[in-house]
Amino acid sequence: MRFKRPIIYFFLSIWAIIVLFPFYWMVLTSFKSYASYAGERIPKFIATNPTLENYTSAFTAVPLAKYFANTLIFTLVTTGLMVAVIIFAAYAFARINFRGRHLMFVMFLALMMIPNELVIITNFVTITDLGMRNSFAGLILPSVTSVFYIYLLKENFEQVPDELYYAAKVDGTSDIKYLFKVMVPMCRPTIITVIILKVIECWNSYVWPRLITDDPNFFLVSNGIQEIRENGFGRDNIPAMMAAVVAVSVPLIVLFLIFRKKIMAGVSREGIKG
Amino acid sequence: MSSRKQLSGVNNVMTQVRGWLYLLPALLFLIAFMVYPLIDVFVYSYQEGFNSASQTSFGIGLYNYKYILRDPYFLKAVKNTFILVIITVPVSTGLSLLISLGLSSIQKLKNMFQTIFFLPYVTNTLAVGLVFMILFRKTPYTDGLVNLLIGKFGISPIDFIDGPYWAKMLVLSIYVIWIVMPFKILILTSALASVPEVYYQSAKIDGTSSWRVFWRITLPMISPMIFYLVITGFIGAFKAYSDAVAIFGVNLNAADMNTIVGYVYDMLYGDGGGYPSYASAAAIVLFAIVLTITVINLIVSRKATDNT
Repeated sequence: MRFKRPIIYFFLSIWAIIVLFPFYWMVLTSFKSYASYAGERIPKFIATNPTLENYTSAFTAVPLAKYFANTLIFTLVTTGLMVAVIIFAAYAFARINFRGRHLMFVMFLALMMIPNELVIITNFVTITDLGMRNSFAGLILPSVTSVFYIYLLKENFEQVPDELYYAAKVDGTSDIKYLFKVMVPMCRPTIITVIILKVIECWNSYVWPRLITDDPNFFLVSNGIQEIRENGFGRDNIPAMMAAVVAVSVPLIVLFLIFRKKIMAGVSREGIKG
Repeated sequence: MSSRKQLSGVNNVMTQVRGWLYLLPALLFLIAFMVYPLIDVFVYSYQEGFNSASQTSFGIGLYNYKYILRDPYFLKAVKNTFILVIITVPVSTGLSLLISLGLSSIQKLKNMFQTIFFLPYVTNTLAVGLVFMILFRKTPYTDGLVNLLIGKFGISPIDFIDGPYWAKMLVLSIYVIWIVMPFKILILTSALASVPEVYYQSAKIDGTSSWRVFWRITLPMISPMIFYLVITGFIGAFKAYSDAVAIFGVNLNAADMNTIVGYVYDMLYGDGGGYPSYASAAAIVLFAIVLTITVINLIVSRKATDNT
């Protein structure tokens, strides 16, 4: 597979430009003033008079800060609860020798194949019947468990040598203490990967929040962006919209650049599961 | 092994209780939000004239299926989804294979390229969709960047967002491809990296042409991963929805760009909503389609791997 190097670099660069261009364009447009943007019949590739006014209006004219706060609460609580739930479940599967363990595990794995779109209809009805529309409980509860992450963590827990467990037992350490003093610290890399992937998922979630909230006080950023687009700054204030889009995109891009290796390794694990 | 038996013998009952106790939270959530809904969706789909307010229905039957299969909006959504799948799956798989091959034959800047290529994976679909919209949009004030670009090749401006059907489908396909590429590139790059170097070395000694090396070594070695990507690609593309909303807005029927999943949600909620029965029937039809295609894919991939 040895093509001519320059050609390879050329084509890779083209794809890189295609990937990066929308990001460049959103940042660029967000720094143009409304007047100068509207006056450009032919869009300019640089902002001649960069301004921050769009960012001010993104956070004042529409409740973007509120959407951010909601998304942050939603992300933190969902991820926190999920990590607790999956640690216990993974530990039960990996270490506790209870009857029916294997059968339960197989059934859990079978659940991994169930598409979200099939169960979301009843979940919508359930949450509506419980009166939990437009509430954080309604947003959070259905996304608290993830069978795949239980599976991932169980595999990792099983790699911790048995001897440590017996030693702890002989010392009279309780299961729960062993779990949090030995297992969790030893499997920290996996847990961190799971946390990051879940945070990304939460930050970007759109469909469920859209179904379950129609009160803007409970909108997450995705729904907020949609709301801004439909009736935010007035349909044509594109620069202000782009400022909001940049604000929504930056946190995840920063997270990605910090945890690049972990995220990519985690996602390719997700790919290998099939 | 014997020490484990002793230990579990001593507190056997305790172990049983503890096991289920640790599992309980996950189990409760899964039963409430996965197992029960899965059964319920079938029940809904066969209940005729279900009324969410009074929780009553006329009877059991296939009416909901008959209804959606006659609903022009559903048929339109099915058509749109199929077109989207047929365009995006081959193009994104082929393109990501080329890019991964390119990536695996360079050393310098490889990391930088990989990082850039992965970016769309961590972006908010709704947010970036808005950028695609303004890039392709034609307004009274400006033709938009893409139109200016294709204008250089003598093509007259097209309204990609509110204009002709195929223009809209093209934008949607481009956006879907842009979104799904990172995952495919990542998987294929690691598949290519796992092909043992020995094969290439011995091919080099034999003086095999690089074209032959690709068809005889590389492709067979990574074909399981390609099939995997094709299968998951089909599944993912059949479930397309947020991408369309990101570009055309919430009212996809008005834009003529609705997808099957979009139809399900429209039936459930929103202006035309309140019909969980129709939504369920549509969702089940969707998964019948996905299952069929997946089975066909599996059979084809098994045949293909047997032949090599």
